[in-house]
Amino acid sequence: MAEPKKPAESVSQETPAAGSLTNMKYKSIDRVSKMQTVGKVFAQIGLYTFLTVMAVVVLFPFYWMLISSLKSFNEYNSMKQTFWPRQIQWNNYAAVFANKDLNLGRLFLNTCIVGIVSTILSLIITVLSAYAFARMEFRGKNFLFGALLATMMIPGELFTVTNFLTVASIRNTYTVLIVPFLVSVFYIYLLRQNFMQIPNELYLAAKVDGTSDLKYLWKVMIPLAAPTLITITILKMMGAWNSYVWPNLVARDTMHTLITVGLRNAQFQIAGTQFVNYPVQMAAVVLVTIPLLLVFIFFRKYIMRGVSRSGIKG
Amino acid sequence: MQRTKGQKKNQWKAWLYLLPALALLAVFTVWPIINTIRMSLLKDYSIMAELSGTKFRFGFDNFVKVTRYPSFIKCLGNTMLLTVITVPVSTMLALLIAVALNSIKFLRRIFQTIFFLPYVTNAIAIGMVFMAMFDIIGGGPGIEPSSIGIINTIIKAFGGSPIKWVSTGSTKTANMAVLILYIIWNALPFKILVLLGGLQSVNKQYYEAAKVDGASRFRIFWRITVPLLSPMIAYVVITGFIGGFKEYSSVVGIFGEDMGPAHDPGRLNTMVGFIYENIKGNQGRASAAALILFAIILAVTIINLYVSKKKVHY
Repeated sequence: MAEPKKPAESVSQETPAAGSLTNMKYKSIDRVSKMQTVGKVFAQIGLYTFLTVMAVVVLFPFYWMLISSLKSFNEYNSMKQTFWPRQIQWNNYAAVFANKDLNLGRLFLNTCIVGIVSTILSLIITVLSAYAFARMEFRGKNFLFGALLATMMIPGELFTVTNFLTVASIRNTYTVLIVPFLVSVFYIYLLRQNFMQIPNELYLAAKVDGTSDLKYLWKVMIPLAAPTLITITILKMMGAWNSYVWPNLVARDTMHTLITVGLRNAQFQIAGTQFVNYPVQMAAVVLVTIPLLLVFIFFRKYIMRGVSRSGIKG
Repeated sequence: MQRTKGQKKNQWKAWLYLLPALALLAVFTVWPIINTIRMSLLKDYSIMAELSGTKFRFGFDNFVKVTRYPSFIKCLGNTMLLTVITVPVSTMLALLIAVALNSIKFLRRIFQTIFFLPYVTNAIAIGMVFMAMFDIIGGGPGIEPSSIGIINTIIKAFGGSPIKWVSTGSTKTANMAVLILYIIWNALPFKILVLLGGLQSVNKQYYEAAKVDGASRFRIFWRITVPLLSPMIAYVVITGFIGGFKEYSSVVGIFGEDMGPAHDPGRLNTMVGFIYENIKGNQGRASAAALILFAIILAVTIINLYVSKKKVHY
């Protein structure tokens, strides 16, 4: 009962401005605005309660992953679940790095090699094609661009069936992990849109100065499109980090396994039992998740841009 | 004369810029489309048989066989069920969260960041966290489990009784419930981002007019917010359906490659899972399934576009 009173007081402080009104009118307006303010406060309380509950649901798996990774196996594996580790067990993380079956160091290395090389090559290919589509004139340009966009409709699995056979002779190499995914029609589209926003006058001015196309691309277009290029870089690196299906099909040897595949297929059983050592497994999951969260914190703007752009096509 | 010469030179140059992209697309996009269709139309096709010189009869045999295959029907059923439940629920929830976020100021950025977090995480890794949260550790016929897991502990605290969600002996309904929860958790960020972006571009005057007319919050939501947001809602529904029919990683994240609990592997297999199951030995069947998946996605998209053309307010 105490809460609705507060806003009512603040309303009656504001209402003297309506002093010229008759008593009757004054009262009814006062009552309406009182009700409105009270309603507003309740609505705000409702909104914050709803958002807080949903936020807790969204955050809970992260929280559970973190605290589980710091519990001892006995504490985790007991009827009384604790919401904070009784004794923080950093050695779960040591156990992750010592897990020969997981071989986390190698997984990090493989994933970084594939991520960096495929990002660089993909950027070069994307910039060149986006430039051709945005600035150059050639016969069949619009048809070709339309055809490329149309391939985005087709589910990747349809390509995978054949690609799996195409790469049969080069399985378990970095090439097989990098090359099939170098061209992304979506990135070409994204960058082309960005290039088209750069005024043509700049290009003509550069031409008058005798600048070559490549130099213009390098000195003017790329710096101006830098935010889009950063977005592509981040999405591509995250792609290597998160990819599972293709690497799981074509590269399963130690030297080429990517991190997500390695994490999913590693054994975390306690020797000689059927018990999964969840604390150690959760520590491994934390180690795979943290880099993604760090990238998100530092490059939030660029990631959101890429995602929302993909949301509003055309 | 010179102009045409210059243009011709440019034409040649444009194709040069496009060469790397087009060459890769020819091998990894165009050829797969042709070859996957070819394989699907050859009776009992497999690469091993082809390499050993077998000739295949041409026809729709693979398609007929696949649609009569009980394991495919199960995959199709699972996929449909997941999609039909998760898309409306996640869209509705995302809409409510987006509207709530749009009507608060204090703490808005923090909430926005929290709700976006699931997007940047690894579907496989967090799937493993969901498994840990729902799993019952130990126990068996006549043996008390050593831990019932955090979700069951919470259920017990609210007076419910523990359920075998994912462990050996769990029911398919329980498995599906966990899977659906996880897919919705995963699907929210993208939908919230798109819908919130849409809400922020809605002209505030509509709301002010409605308030002057004394419309209730509920009425404003259904009569103003939903119609004005309908293009974004249509977009998240379409992408939701496409994503739903391609569901695979969430199942692998929680249940592993077995696609089900230990006592019934394959129970939760999906369309994409079916394709990958057959990709190594039975490419004819895999190709037919991939094309059926494509046809379903295309049909659902066209139906959605047709419905939204009638309902969407631009």
